[in-house]
This record gives sequence, C-alpha cells and structure tokens, in this order.
Amino acid sequence: MALDGVDLGVRPGEVHALIGENGAGKTTLMNLLAGAFPPDAGSMRLDGRDYAPRDAADARRRGVAHIHQELSLCPHLSVAENVLLGAEPARHGMVDFRRMERRAAELLAELGRETLDPRRRVAELGLPDRQAVEICRALASDAKIVLMDEPTSRLPRDSVTRLFETIRRLRGRGHAVLYVSHFLEEVREIADRFTVLRDGRSVATGELAATTDDELLEQMLGRALGPRLASGRSDGSRRIGEALLEVEGLALPPELVSATLTLRRGEILGIAGLVGSGRTALLRCLFGLDRPAAGRIRFRGRDVPTDRLSSGRQIRRGLGYLSEDRQREGLALPMSIADNVTLTRLDTCSRAGWVDLSAQDVLSERAVRPLRVRSAGPRTPVHRLSGGNRQKVAVGRLLHQDPDVLLLDEPARGVDVGAREDIFREVAALAASGKAVLMVNSYVPELLDVCDTIAVMTRGRLSAPRAASAWTPESILEAAVGRG
Amino acid sequence: MADPARSRFRRLVRLFGPAAGLVAVAVLFALLTGAPERYLSAANLRVVLAQTVIVGLGAIGMTLIMISGGIDLSVGASVALTSVIAALALRGGASPAAAAALGVAAGGAVGLVNGAAITGLRIVPFIATLGMLGIARGAAKYFAEEQTVNAPATWLNELAVTFPSRAWLLVAPGVWITLGLAVAMAVVLRRTVFGRHVFAVGSNEAAARACGIAVDRVKVAVYVVGGLLFGLAGVMQMSRLRQGDPTVAVGVELDVIAAVVIGGGSLAGGEGSVGGSMIGALVMSMLRNGCQQMGWPTYVQEIIIGVIIVLAVAADRYRASRAAD
Repeated sequence: MALDGVDLGVRPGEVHALIGENGAGKTTLMNLLAGAFPPDAGSMRLDGRDYAPRDAADARRRGVAHIHQELSLCPHLSVAENVLLGAEPARHGMVDFRRMERRAAELLAELGRETLDPRRRVAELGLPDRQAVEICRALASDAKIVLMDEPTSRLPRDSVTRLFETIRRLRGRGHAVLYVSHFLEEVREIADRFTVLRDGRSVATGELAATTDDELLEQMLGRALGPRLASGRSDGSRRIGEALLEVEGLALPPELVSATLTLRRGEILGIAGLVGSGRTALLRCLFGLDRPAAGRIRFRGRDVPTDRLSSGRQIRRGLGYLSEDRQREGLALPMSIADNVTLTRLDTCSRAGWVDLSAQDVLSERAVRPLRVRSAGPRTPVHRLSGGNRQKVAVGRLLHQDPDVLLLDEPARGVDVGAREDIFREVAALAASGKAVLMVNSYVPELLDVCDTIAVMTRGRLSAPRAASAWTPESILEAAVGRG
Repeated sequence: MADPARSRFRRLVRLFGPAAGLVAVAVLFALLTGAPERYLSAANLRVVLAQTVIVGLGAIGMTLIMISGGIDLSVGASVALTSVIAALALRGGASPAAAAALGVAAGGAVGLVNGAAITGLRIVPFIATLGMLGIARGAAKYFAEEQTVNAPATWLNELAVTFPSRAWLLVAPGVWITLGLAVAMAVVLRRTVFGRHVFAVGSNEAAARACGIAVDRVKVAVYVVGGLLFGLAGVMQMSRLRQGDPTVAVGVELDVIAAVVIGGGSLAGGEGSVGGSMIGALVMSMLRNGCQQMGWPTYVQEIIIGVIIVLAVAADRYRASRAAD
C-alpha cells in the first residue's frame, strides 16, 4: 500500500514542503491530488468545497496544477501555445496568435522570465526554461495549488535560484505551492511549512522555522537519532583482493557530476542516495549504455577507452548489469526463462548459429536453481512469473553470464522477503568466490547488511566509499539529503 | 530579424529540403531525357499535375492524420470504394453533384469508423486501418459485384482531364480543387484552434489530455476529415477512368504516406506541413513521369521511389540531430 492515512492542509500563499524518504508515498499523494486516480478512503476539500477530481483535466479545471518531474509539454509547439494549451484565445475558431503571445509574455514577466521568447519552440529550450513554461501554464489556468514534484532534482544550482524566485512570485500572488523534495537545506530555503510522510502516513506537520533538522530527520526515520556510531555489522569472512574496476571523475551531466571509486575482488560496494541522484547514470556509464562526458575507467589495471564504450564490449570484458527496470529493460517478458537467462551468452548453448535447446534448458536450470525460481520449467514465459521470480531470472542471467564485476541497480526492488533473501545470498556467494559487486540500493538497512563499503550519491556527486561499519542509517540519510 | 518573420523563415527552411529534391528530380530527368524542352514543357507539366491529383488529395488528409500521431492504411481501399459508390449513384440516375457528394460522404463514413475503432476500441491506428483496408476493398467489390461500374458521361469527367475544354483553366479543374484544399488545410493546421490541437495531440498526447483537450474527439475528427479527402480522391479516380473500379488504387496509401514523409512529416506525430506533402507528391509524379519518358520499366521507378523515401527521411533525421546539438 502506497498511502495509508494522510492528513494535509495547505493554505493560500504558502509554500508547503512534503518531505520523506524514498517510497514514503510523496509521489503517490501528488498523483492523487492531481486526479490521476481516486483515493480508497478519505476526502479532500478545495476552497471549502468538496474536491474529487475525475481525471487530470478535471483537477486542472478545479485549480490544481501538477508539474511533473517528466514535464508534460508539447515539444513541437511554441512557448505561448504550450502555456495556453486548451485555452487558446480565438475568434471564430481561429487562434489569435498576437493575443496569445502577449498573454504568455505577461505571464512569463510575472514569473520574472521576460527573457523567454513566447514564440520559441519548446523543443529548443533547456530543462530550466521548460520548467518555467510549465509553471507559467499553471499560472495561466489560474491554479490555486501548484504541485511540484522534485523540481530541482535535475537542475544546476543557478537554475535552482531562479526557480525559487519564480516560486516566491507564485506565493506572492496568493497561490499555494506543494513542494516535494528530499533536500532539507532546499526546503528551508523555499518552504514555510512542512508535512513529513513516512510509510504512507503523515507523521508530522508544522512551521519549518520552529523545527530543527534533527527533528525532521527523526520524523523521516521514525525513531530518535541514535549516537552516530557503527551499526553492529559482523562479517569479515570475505577476502578483499586486488582492484578490478577503478573509476576516476566519471561524469555525465546533469545526472552524474563526478564519481570516483575503486572496486576490488570479493568486495560488495553499495551506493546509497536518493532516487534521481545519478546512481543509475553511473552504472549505465560503467556498462557502456551511456557514454560518459568525462572521467577515466580502468578495468583490471588497463584503461578502458570511454569514447568507444558499448554494452557488448563491456560484457566481453567481464562486466554484468542488472537493470532497475526489469519490465522494460531487464527482461524480454514474452520469452522463456531459458531464453532470458542465456541471452547474454548464447554461445554457451549454440553452435554455428543454431541454438541447442536442450543445452539451453540445462544451463538455464543450473543458473536459476540456487535462486529457487518457482516455475513450470525453463520454457515458461517470463511474463507468467511473479515479480520476485522475474527478478530471480534477471539475476540468473548474471549467474549464467558469470562476469567478474556485477553492476546491480536495485536488485531487490519490489520483491518479497523470501526472494530478497535468495537474491542477496547469491550476491554474497558471488563476492565470496572472488567477484566484485557494485550495488545501487535505496533501502539503507539492506545496504548496511550486505555491503563491505558504502558510498553516497548526492546530486550526482559520489562521496568517498567508506567501510559499511563507519556508516549508520542516520549518517547515510544525512549525506543523501546533502547535510552530511 | 523580427520573430514572426523568423518562424516563417524557419518554416520555409523546412520546405527547402523537399523543394530541393523536387528541383533535383526535374533537372535530372531534363538532362537524362536529353529533351528538357519536352520534359519541362507546359503540356508535360499539365500531365504531371493531373496525375498528382489523387495522391495529392490523399496527402492532404494524411498530413492531418500523421501530425496527430496516427496513420491510415485504408486510403487505396477507400478510393476504390468511393469511386464505385459515385459510379453506382451516377448509373442509378443521381445528379453528378449528388453522386460526388455521396462518394465524399462515403469516404467520411469510412474515416468515422476508423476513428471510432481507434478511440472507442483502443486499437492502434496501424491495425485499425489495416483492418479497414480489407473491409473497404471487400465492400467495394461487393457493391460493384466484382466488376467495373461504367458511369454515364457527365461534367464530373471534366474534373480530371489533362487539357480542360475551358482553356483559361490551364490545368485540370481537379488540380485547382486540390490546390485550394491544400491551402485551406494549411490554414486550418496553422491558424485554427482545431489545427493546433491536432499538433498538440501528436506532440504529447498526455499533455494535451491534461490540458483539457478532448483528445478522442480530435482524433475522430482527424480521421473523418481525412476520409472525406480520400472520398474526394475516389471521385477524381472515377472521373479519370469514367468508371468505378473496385480493384483500382491498390497501394496508393504507400504513395500518400511517402509524399507526407518526403515533405517532412513524421510517423511519430507533431510534425509535417501540407506544403511539404504537396511537394512530396509532386516529386513522385515527376519521377514516375520521367521514368516513363525514359522508357524505363516500372520496377525501376519502384526502386528509385523507395530509395528517395529512405534518403528523404535520413536527410531529415540528420538535420534534426544537427539541430539538437
């Protein structure tokens, strides 16, 4: 369940921050307010009247504008057309472009963006300007409440300053802004009041000025901040060997600003951080799915030319990748377990281009057996499996591929406790056998449980890796929200 | 440069590629035939224009549909069906105007069914109109009883004649009708609320919906208007052949789509212009005509047109990627 009892009150002319950890239900709440789906229980009132939007368009008519992380603009249309989409000034069905452009220019000026030309095509604009167009659209529809979901997560700092100026102008005009963010210092800069969500519930609300950071962190975590000492993690059975993968200053702006790390044989290095902080971009660069703009990668002590990276080459070098998006990228759902497991190394069960189906079955079975996949056999299409079993198949593919370095992006996302145990047991076994594992994971207790070393990604910058025993849940959260 | 001028300038630049292609084809065949005075003669250009009418009308409708992010594979079948219906109406004693109106309306009805299937049954346009391709073709054969339907001579036949009896018309009346409708459609797309909503739906459907645009209604309207134009193309087909032929116009939809794509339209929606599509239609007519004059077999034309389509789109992608940098 994503939401389980939320009380929220937002006043005109205030910026209200909605804060909470990954998965606390912030985005779900936003979608609900914006009419994407109705609540199972509870009621909403807007301006003293019952508010139950049928859909997104209805919510917009009622005065609730949602500014998505993935902006919803028409790239082929002009700025003015996007701002007044669905409400074009017209006479006899003909758009009055002059009036439309004047109106858009007025609205842009109110937000302090008069330099933005209303006649430009949105496709030509960068992200900060697109965001301004979308906020302007909210203004045009005379929105009472503007919902902003992590508007700064992909912005450079100078654009953040301009965005805040825009938000203050909105507030000054009496609009209410509901602002989702992870970043406490940012919340303090822009918001007046706050509500903390934890596990789908609203657990605290109040004036930001009267609340300390420690109090907010405690509410987000759901318990008192302990002394910042080691979590009693006991391990040491694994032998950490020589460096396999060395990364220096790897960057792919704006997601990834800088990452430096060394990954050794037998090591599980965990990467903590908020969703959208650049962790996935780091793994994708390392696996050759995206080309880094700067930085060096060394594998087994030899430079890997970053301008000729490709996933095929990285697989041949001995890297394996587990995508965070198993539906769209990780698995071929209509194909069988055996096909999915052997896909990265079909040469193990084929000769002269002919796949040996029985060999494929045997190899697939061997790969997934330790993971305990529940299925009717290796020919079962993956889409018939549960989420946990699908993820096991994706992990099984890595076992079959047998790479030296495993890049795992959220390996236990959306899987049940049993599958989680099976997967992490295998990951630990792989490390014990001399593999190196780089794991992105949003669930902090899991990181502390599984990893030898942990680094935290904050706004595209990776901290120096430290021994897991040197981190606590509190210090990881603080680092992730940019306060450590 | 003032800004409205800049956007108009940019629109002209986008037409430059297709126009350059048209000039290239004209020059190439003028040289190849060794008789530019014949290939580019007024008489031959009139032939080319008259031959462009059906694909041109289809391309006007297809431009609208493709900008909205859709596609219609049932153009050829609709042309055949409406040519049969118009011919049957004439044979049954209807006035030429009534027969033409009936043919156009039949095209609109086909479009309505397409639009209803796409929005009501949530079938992707490719499949919905692929189904209609078979249905309309079959219906045409049923109504025509699997043979051509001879239509009595009327003034409708004048629409498509290459050398009209009223010499001041210069070209076939159908050419003027096509040109007029192309201008009208260009204005609708550029200047009306409906036209901008069509662009919005093709550009980002979710955003259009969130902004309160009745996306389904826009889509149905797009297929109906497209269907009306395909119906008119059917009437032109009937007027040219002086009969309704249920087996005619097989594969015309591919020529029509090619014309739109050569003219800068995109299968992904949000892009395209009627002017570009008209140039695209002319490029293909000039090619066909040139190949005929060279005495080349039709397979050569087919290969050349295939290559041109791929090159036109590749050039457009290249330009787009340069613009993105």
